[in-house]
Amino acid sequence: MLLLVVAPVLVATPCFAWRYRYGGSARYTPKWSFSWPLEAAIWGIPLAIVVVLAVWLWQSTHALDPYAPLPATGPPVRIEVVGYDWKWLFIYPDLGVASMGEMALPAGRPISLELTSDTVVESLLIPTLGSQIYAMPGRITRLHLEAYGPGLFQGQNQQFNGDGYYQQHFLARALTPAGFDAWIAHARSKGMPLSAAAYRAIEQRTTLVDARKALGLPRGIRGAVYFSAVPSGLFARIVRSFHDDSTDNPAAH
Amino acid sequence: MTILHLLFGRLSVEALPFWEMLHYPSRQNVVNGAIATAAGAVVLGGAGLAVLLITRYRKWRVLWSDWLTSVDHKRIGIMYIVLAFVMLARGLIEANIMRGQMAFALDGGFLSADHFEQFFTTHGTIMIFFMAMPFLTGLINFVMPLQIGARDVAFPVMNSISLGLTAAGAALVMISLDIGKFSTGGWSGYPPYTESAFNPGVGVDYWIWAVSLSSLGSMMTGINFAVTIYKKRAPGMRFMRMPLFTWTALATSILMIFAMPALTVATGLLALDRYLGFHFFTDHFGGNFMNYVNLFWVFGHPEVYILILPAFGVYSEVFSTFSGKTLYGYTSLVLATMAIGVLSFTVWLHHFFTMGQSADINAVFGIATMLIGVPTGVKVYDWLWTMFRGRVRFTVPLVYGLAFSMLFVIGGLTGILLANPSIDYQVHNTQFLIAHFHNMLVPGTLFGLLAGYHMWFPKAFGFRLDERWGMFSALCFIFGFILAFFPLYGLGLLGYPRRTLDFFDPVYLPYMVAAFAGALVILAGLAGLVVQLLVSILHKEELAVPAGDPWDGRSLEWGLPAPPPEYNFSMLPEVSSRDAFTRAKEEGTAYRAPAQFHDIEMPKNSAMGMIVCVGGFLAAFGLVWYIWWLVVAASLAMAAAMVGWGFTRHTERIIPAHEVELAHLRWLAVVAVTQPVSRGEEASPSNAGLAVLETGE
Repeated sequence: MLLLVVAPVLVATPCFAWRYRYGGSARYTPKWSFSWPLEAAIWGIPLAIVVVLAVWLWQSTHALDPYAPLPATGPPVRIEVVGYDWKWLFIYPDLGVASMGEMALPAGRPISLELTSDTVVESLLIPTLGSQIYAMPGRITRLHLEAYGPGLFQGQNQQFNGDGYYQQHFLARALTPAGFDAWIAHARSKGMPLSAAAYRAIEQRTTLVDARKALGLPRGIRGAVYFSAVPSGLFARIVRSFHDDSTDNPAAH
Repeated sequence: MTILHLLFGRLSVEALPFWEMLHYPSRQNVVNGAIATAAGAVVLGGAGLAVLLITRYRKWRVLWSDWLTSVDHKRIGIMYIVLAFVMLARGLIEANIMRGQMAFALDGGFLSADHFEQFFTTHGTIMIFFMAMPFLTGLINFVMPLQIGARDVAFPVMNSISLGLTAAGAALVMISLDIGKFSTGGWSGYPPYTESAFNPGVGVDYWIWAVSLSSLGSMMTGINFAVTIYKKRAPGMRFMRMPLFTWTALATSILMIFAMPALTVATGLLALDRYLGFHFFTDHFGGNFMNYVNLFWVFGHPEVYILILPAFGVYSEVFSTFSGKTLYGYTSLVLATMAIGVLSFTVWLHHFFTMGQSADINAVFGIATMLIGVPTGVKVYDWLWTMFRGRVRFTVPLVYGLAFSMLFVIGGLTGILLANPSIDYQVHNTQFLIAHFHNMLVPGTLFGLLAGYHMWFPKAFGFRLDERWGMFSALCFIFGFILAFFPLYGLGLLGYPRRTLDFFDPVYLPYMVAAFAGALVILAGLAGLVVQLLVSILHKEELAVPAGDPWDGRSLEWGLPAPPPEYNFSMLPEVSSRDAFTRAKEEGTAYRAPAQFHDIEMPKNSAMGMIVCVGGFLAAFGLVWYIWWLVVAASLAMAAAMVGWGFTRHTERIIPAHEVELAHLRWLAVVAVTQPVSRGEEASPSNAGLAVLETGE
């Protein structure tokens, strides 16, 4: 529909310029400068299109509102996302585990994300799954996603936050229900406890690779980090720490 | 130590661009240090060469009294444009280095993260504040008073001060190449990243003061232009008779008055946070960066219309002049211009649809954004119908105009897509966004300003620019733009984020290589402009247009000698219609001597502009490096000069009537012996600035 406005310009601009070129034989009316029908068309057509598009925009904005829960039969999987410089922490509050560098989600089930940042503004996007949203210190934003089938997707920070910005990637793993349960079980059994000391290592301005080193894990280019024994209420305490400045280490409670 | 600290603040030898490379000579440090040192050397070398040449040719007095202290709007306009071209060169070179990095980024590239971040920050800051703004301000300065039949702007000294402030800001960005580093926070400088908790160095401070100086200058420019248009129009120059370029100048000025202070406030509050420990935008103690984001874009969105409207004005003149035809839909264009001006203040939230506000709010701002597309679309169609049944000449400005029309609607199309929040959620902060705004600002603003440069250059200097090199340059800019930016749309749809140093997926590589090639072609376009200028100066006798009307122009400025005298009009014109000069040519009233000449009162030169320029630069430099004595001294000097200037009584000088008469008659004598040319010979040496009357039907 937009092409109704754009295409005539693309075609007519070179055509008019050539047809009415200097030295050509086309009619020349140097004083002609107004026509009501033409005016009506060049105001009316774009306006009509914008009205139609506005309706579409209103509907799609509400339909695809990242805050709106997705239609589903069962309860969504809740994930709390915390942005650090220069990595993401994914907390599964109902399952007691967390991860960095990797976000697992069961395909076919809606995911409900809550996001915040423990540093500057960041922005989470998994291009294949869509819908980017800011993660901001002291504030919570929401996002609902669903992967229709299993797969591996690249996820990243989209809001520049310093030297390690371009390395702030993660892998979104859409898994079968069984695969997802296995992933959780793996995190629970093999993950390190998210202690106050571990938290201190996470919140440094480091890339994931350096954070792994600080956590005493072997080097791995994109190796994920799994945490078990995630203190309950951690996410809320991280958010609150920006409002109540006595909170020193949100994981130390 | 304390004495050193008192004298130099936090400035030390470590601020030199080669310090890091000498002390930590890793491969990356050496490469980046070499680039930085070369850039610093170019700045110092360029300045040194200028000083040397001026001294060698004994031009200091000319420079001081004819240019730097001149309050003539034409000379100030030219100085603005010189500044814009210098900064354009830097901005384009930086763009090429970044695109070069991206083309090799699969192997890690050659730039360090810190260096790359400074590049995208200076590139954006320079192109907006120190290239586009000075360019359009210079063009309006030169053209608008001539178009409305005024002798100067309303506040000539303030005009010079505005230039001084902008130049001081630009100098600050330039000196950061030699001393210290620039901000890494992007042109929008979002806190909390730019707060001292995350960025304690001098970079953000350089950015804050450079932008603050230029925003103050631009606000004063806005006031100056608006008052000039309201108060200094020639008799009979009613609003609805003003040329379209003047209308867009008015709209832009109004936007400057209302939008620039929001930026000054935003950077000012950020400075309070950084210097005095306030908490406007910090993470803790009640600070809220969202306020910054809103303030910045309340400035930032009107800003893009500040940038584009004057270009629209240029295109209106270009399509009409080079089609030999009255502008189609004048009233529509005026309405559309002013509608864009108003709507531009209602859409700022579309810069952050993803900040978590409700769907209702996003949808309202999305619809407002699409609405702007309507008057903008109307304009494109008005220019199209201006060519209809005209006689279109494919000159350099018109070629820019045609490319603009076709590329701009594509940018507009992607803009309408981005206006929909549900689409923006996918491509916000990706290369799609980069492609979109370059698609608006390069064919829109830059091509428009370059078209204006080609159109009015002969008016300013008395000779035309070489047509062949101009065409080479235009084609380089146009096709280079297509090659450099269309691939970015694809990258953005793949989710490739902006401001990213490196990538790991080879699928991006072909896009990156194409974009780099495009950037090189654009750079060739810039080189073409330089060659064109040199060639034109060499052939300026053949290209001379002393009679003043090389394009069969339509508005008042074309009825003046080229270059026009300092006082513009020997006798203020009486205007009775639109396209006043075309009307005069048709009625045979052009090129006449007034019955009687009068003394003309013109403003005297003033050093205030230079005092504010140097003082503002030193004060800002002191603030950046915590050299407090310098801040105090420079501020006191400026304040004293300002007060002293308030006591100056004789700010005017009289140009006697006989001098005016002599100059006018001399010009008429030139016109009398000039051979009028038809439009077919426009580009030939026989075009000395007098047009044959060509009517149709």
